[in-house]
Amino acid sequence: MLKLATRNIGLENSHTLAVARANGAYSRLEKALAMAPEAIVEDVIKSNLRGLGGAGFPAGRKWSFLPKDSPKPRYLVVNGDEGEPGTVKDKYIMIHDPHLLIEGIIITCYAIRSHKAFIYIRGEYDLPIERMERAIAEAKDAGILGERVMGRDFALDIVVHRGAGAYICGEETSLLESLEGKRGWPRLKPPFPAVEGYQRCPTVVNNVETLSYVPFVIEMGGQAFADLGCERNGGLRMYSISGRVNKPGIYELPMGTPLRQIIYDYAGGITDGRRLKAVIPGGSSCPILTADEIDVPMDFDSLAKIGSMLGSAGIIVFDETVSLPEALLVLTRFYAHESCGQCTPCREGTAWMAKIIQRIIDGLGRPGDADNLIRVARNVLGNTICPLGDAAAMPVMSWVTKFRPEFEEWIRRGRPVSESPVPVTRIGERLERAAV
Amino acid sequence: MPKLTIDDRTIEVPAGTTVIQAAEKLGIYIPRYCYHPGLSIAGSCRMCLVEVEKAPKLQIACYTFVTDGMVVRTTTEKVTIARQAILEFLLANHPLDCPVCDQAGECKLQEFYMQFGQYDSTLLENKLKKHKAMPIGPHIMLDSERCILCSRCVRFVDEVTKTHELGIFNRGDHSELLPVKGVTVDNAYSGCLADVCPVGALTDRDFRFKVRVWYLDKTESVCHGCARGCNIEIHSNRRRTHHNDGRLIARLKPRFNGEVNHHWMCDTGRYSYKSIESDDRLVQPLVRLTGKGQEKSDWTLALAQIDEQVTHQVGRSGVAAAAVIATPALSNEELWAARGLFLQGMKIEKIAHRCTPDPNGVEDSLLRKTDTFPNSFGANLIIGQPHTADPTVDTILEAAAAGKIKTMFVIGGGLLERYSTDLLREKLRNVETLIAIQTHRSVLTEMATVALPMTSFAEMDGSICNFEGRVQRYNQAMPPVGQSRPLLDTLADLANRWELKTAPRQPENCFAELAQNAGYFAGLSYETLGDGGVNPSRRSATAATT
Repeated sequence: MLKLATRNIGLENSHTLAVARANGAYSRLEKALAMAPEAIVEDVIKSNLRGLGGAGFPAGRKWSFLPKDSPKPRYLVVNGDEGEPGTVKDKYIMIHDPHLLIEGIIITCYAIRSHKAFIYIRGEYDLPIERMERAIAEAKDAGILGERVMGRDFALDIVVHRGAGAYICGEETSLLESLEGKRGWPRLKPPFPAVEGYQRCPTVVNNVETLSYVPFVIEMGGQAFADLGCERNGGLRMYSISGRVNKPGIYELPMGTPLRQIIYDYAGGITDGRRLKAVIPGGSSCPILTADEIDVPMDFDSLAKIGSMLGSAGIIVFDETVSLPEALLVLTRFYAHESCGQCTPCREGTAWMAKIIQRIIDGLGRPGDADNLIRVARNVLGNTICPLGDAAAMPVMSWVTKFRPEFEEWIRRGRPVSESPVPVTRIGERLERAAV
Repeated sequence: MPKLTIDDRTIEVPAGTTVIQAAEKLGIYIPRYCYHPGLSIAGSCRMCLVEVEKAPKLQIACYTFVTDGMVVRTTTEKVTIARQAILEFLLANHPLDCPVCDQAGECKLQEFYMQFGQYDSTLLENKLKKHKAMPIGPHIMLDSERCILCSRCVRFVDEVTKTHELGIFNRGDHSELLPVKGVTVDNAYSGCLADVCPVGALTDRDFRFKVRVWYLDKTESVCHGCARGCNIEIHSNRRRTHHNDGRLIARLKPRFNGEVNHHWMCDTGRYSYKSIESDDRLVQPLVRLTGKGQEKSDWTLALAQIDEQVTHQVGRSGVAAAAVIATPALSNEELWAARGLFLQGMKIEKIAHRCTPDPNGVEDSLLRKTDTFPNSFGANLIIGQPHTADPTVDTILEAAAAGKIKTMFVIGGGLLERYSTDLLREKLRNVETLIAIQTHRSVLTEMATVALPMTSFAEMDGSICNFEGRVQRYNQAMPPVGQSRPLLDTLADLANRWELKTAPRQPENCFAELAQNAGYFAGLSYETLGDGGVNPSRRSATAATT
C-alpha cells in the first residue's frame, strides 16, 4: 500500500529533523529549488492536487491567481485550524511529521515568491503547536529556513499563530481577520485572498494536508501524482473515519476509493456486526448518505454528483442503533454555538434549527416541525456571507429528508424509535453512563 | 459606463456603482438594514438580496457592483421568499414590543414587514433575553433585545467619530451590541446613533416617550448652533399638544446635504432646540417709563415708547452718540433690514456685529466650528461693508462705558455667551436709551428702556450663510412664542413711524431686495436656494472656469 503524507508516521521520533531527513525530508526541496517557480506551479496544476481543507479548489490554480504585478509582499497562510467535526488529519501531520509540512510550505513559498508564511493552528492543538514550533526552530538552526533557505538566495520565515477556539476561523477570510488580530468575522468577497488577503496583500491560503502533498508532487512529478488518484482528483488523501466502525482512524488512500471499501475493508466494518444506517462522508457539514449510497467513489466530483461533498474527508459512520434526531441535535447545537453572528440567516437560523430539534428531542414536537426545519434550513442555504450557514443547513436538510420517518416518529411519540431489534442507544444516556 | 437592467428597466451608471444605488436612481427601493450611504458596506443583514442573472445564488445589492449587461430582478418569487425569510430571522429573537417601543412609526422592521414580509410566523421557540433600557451615554438608550446587529452604530463610532465606543460581543444568536466595558458613549455626535439605528435598539433619551412620531410635522431648516449650518429637520408636535411637555418642538434631525453635513449633526446642535421654548424666552414687550420701574407692556405702547425715547435722545445727544449691535445670530434678511433702517435711514454709523469669540466654541474635523454664530459670513457681507469706522461690539461697548453712546439698539442673541452679565451691566450703565430686541430675557432686556420680543429661527423663514459662504434657507416650523414678532415686522413698523424707507416684511421679498442690491447674492432667490442652498463663491469659481 502506497503511503505518502503518512509515510513517516509510526517511526520513532518522526517529528525530529534527524529522523525526517533520514526518511526523505527536504530532498524534494532541493529538487524544487533547482526548478523555476513557474514550473512548480505548472507541475502542481498538472498534479490535480485539490484543496484538501474541504473546498476542493485546485491548489495550483489558486496559486496562479496571485496578481503578477503587485508591488505588495505576498503571503502564504497555512490553515491548520482543523475544526470540522469528524476530521483529525492535519493534527497527525503536525504531530508526527512537522518537517513534511515545513517542506511543503517552503516549496510553495518559493513557487509563489513569498517570503513569509503563517501557520494558523487550532487553539486546542497543544501538541501540534509545540511540535511545529520546535520543528521550525530546528529547521532554522539547520539553515533550512531563514535568510538563505538551503544556502540559496531565497529568504523565508514561518510564524506559528495559535487560534483562540472558534470554528469560524477555519474559514479562510475570518482566519485572516483573526491572524490580523481582529475578531474572526468572514469578509465579503470579492476581493478574494489571492488579491487582498493578509493585511490586504496577495495571499494564498492552503490547508495543512494540501501543502503536505506538495513535496510528493515534486518528488514524482505532477502527472505521476495525478495518476495516483482519479479523474481531476490527483493523488492520495487522508480519510479520517470515526463512529461505529471496528477500526476508526486515519487511512491514506487514493482519491476515488469507494466509500464501501473504506468502511468495510479498511475500517473493519460496523461494530458488533450491526447494520449500517447512515454515513457522513466528509465532515459534519456534508449531506448525509444512506446505507444504499456508499458505493460512491470518494472524490470531490463523484460525491458532488450524488448531492453530497467530499469536504475534509471526515467520515462518520452511524449504525442502526444510533438515534439520528439526537445526533442531529449535537450537530445543530455545534453550528449554533459556532455561528459568528455576523449575518442574519446564519446567526438566527442555526439557533432556531437547534431549538426546534431540542424541542423534538424533549418530546414537544409539533406536526409541522419536520417541514419547518427543512424550510428554515433552505432559507439559510446560500444566503449567508460565508459557507458556515450552508454547513449548518445542509445536514439538517439531508438528514430530515432522508430519514424523515424517524424524525416524524420522534415528533409523534415524543421518544426514540427503532426499526431494528437492537435497542436504540440514546446519546444522552450514554453520556450519563460515562459520567457515572 | 456600464448599462444594466433592473426589473426590465435599463439605466447607465458609472462604474463602481452598486446595484442598490443604481436601483435607487430608477426609483426602485431595495430594503436594507446594514447598508447606510454614509458608512462602509457590511453586507451582513442580507435584506437586500436580489436575483442577478447568471449568478447561482441571490446576491446582496449593497455589495454587488454593476457590470455592463447585468440583469437584476428585485421582485421575483425567490427574492420575495428571501426577504420574508430574513425578516423572520430578524424577528426570531426580537421582543415585538412595538406598543411600548419609541421607534414605532419609524422602525424599519415594522415598515419592511408591512411592505415585504406579511408571512405567517412559524416560530414556536422561546426568545433570548438580553439587556434592556440600558443608558449607554448621556443621549442614547440601548435595548439589546430589539437590536438586529446590523452594525451601523459600530461603524458610525469607528468610521465617523472614530471614538470606538461600541462593539458586538459574543457569538451566534447570543451576539449583543454593547458599549466597550467601562466606556460611556458620550462623543460629540452620539445623537446620530439614534438616527442610524434602523430599529428601536438605540433611542434618543431626550426624545423617547415624548410623542409618537406619526404626530410630528417636519420642517426643513438649518441648525443655528455654529457656522457650519447643518441642514436639519425640525420635528414639531402640533397635533398632540398635550404631549411633549406641552412644547411644540420635539426634536431636531439631521437632513442630508453632501456639501455641508452629510447625514450627521452634533449633539450641541441637536439639543439646542430647547432654548426655543425655554422658560427664559422674552414673551412680551417691556417698557421702562420715566420715574418708574420696568413694566410689562404691549406692542403699541412699546413701539410708541421707542419712537418717543429714541427721537428724543438722538435729538438731544446726536446721531454720533447712537449705536447698533446686530449680531450674526440674525438672518441675512434681518441684517439687511437693520442695515436699511439704521445705517441708511437713521444714518447711525456705529453698527457692529463682530464680537469676541465664544469661549465655548469647539472645532473638530467633522462638523463643529469654533464660531458659534450661524451667520458671521452673512453679517460680514451685509453689515461689515467697507466703512470708515467699521466698529466691533467691543469698541461700541467701550465707547458706551466711556459715556459716548447714549442711544443703543441691541438686536439678536449670542452676546451673553461671549460677555458676562456683570460686564454688560457695567459697560451699558451710561447708555440712556437702550432698546433690546431679543429672543430671551437677559441683562440686556432687564436694563432696556424698551425690550421687544423677537422670533427665533424656528418661528420664521430666513436665510443664513455658513462659514464657506453657502446661502441656506430655513423655514418657519411653529408660530411665534408668546407675543414675539418677526424682526422684519418690528423694524418695518419703526421705519414707518420715522417715515423712513422700509424693507419688505416678507422674508422672501426681503431676500429678493438683498439679492438685487448686494452683489454676493446676485441672481439668488428662495426658489434657486432650494432645500440644499447655494454657494455663490463656488458658483462664480465654476463660472470662471467654464
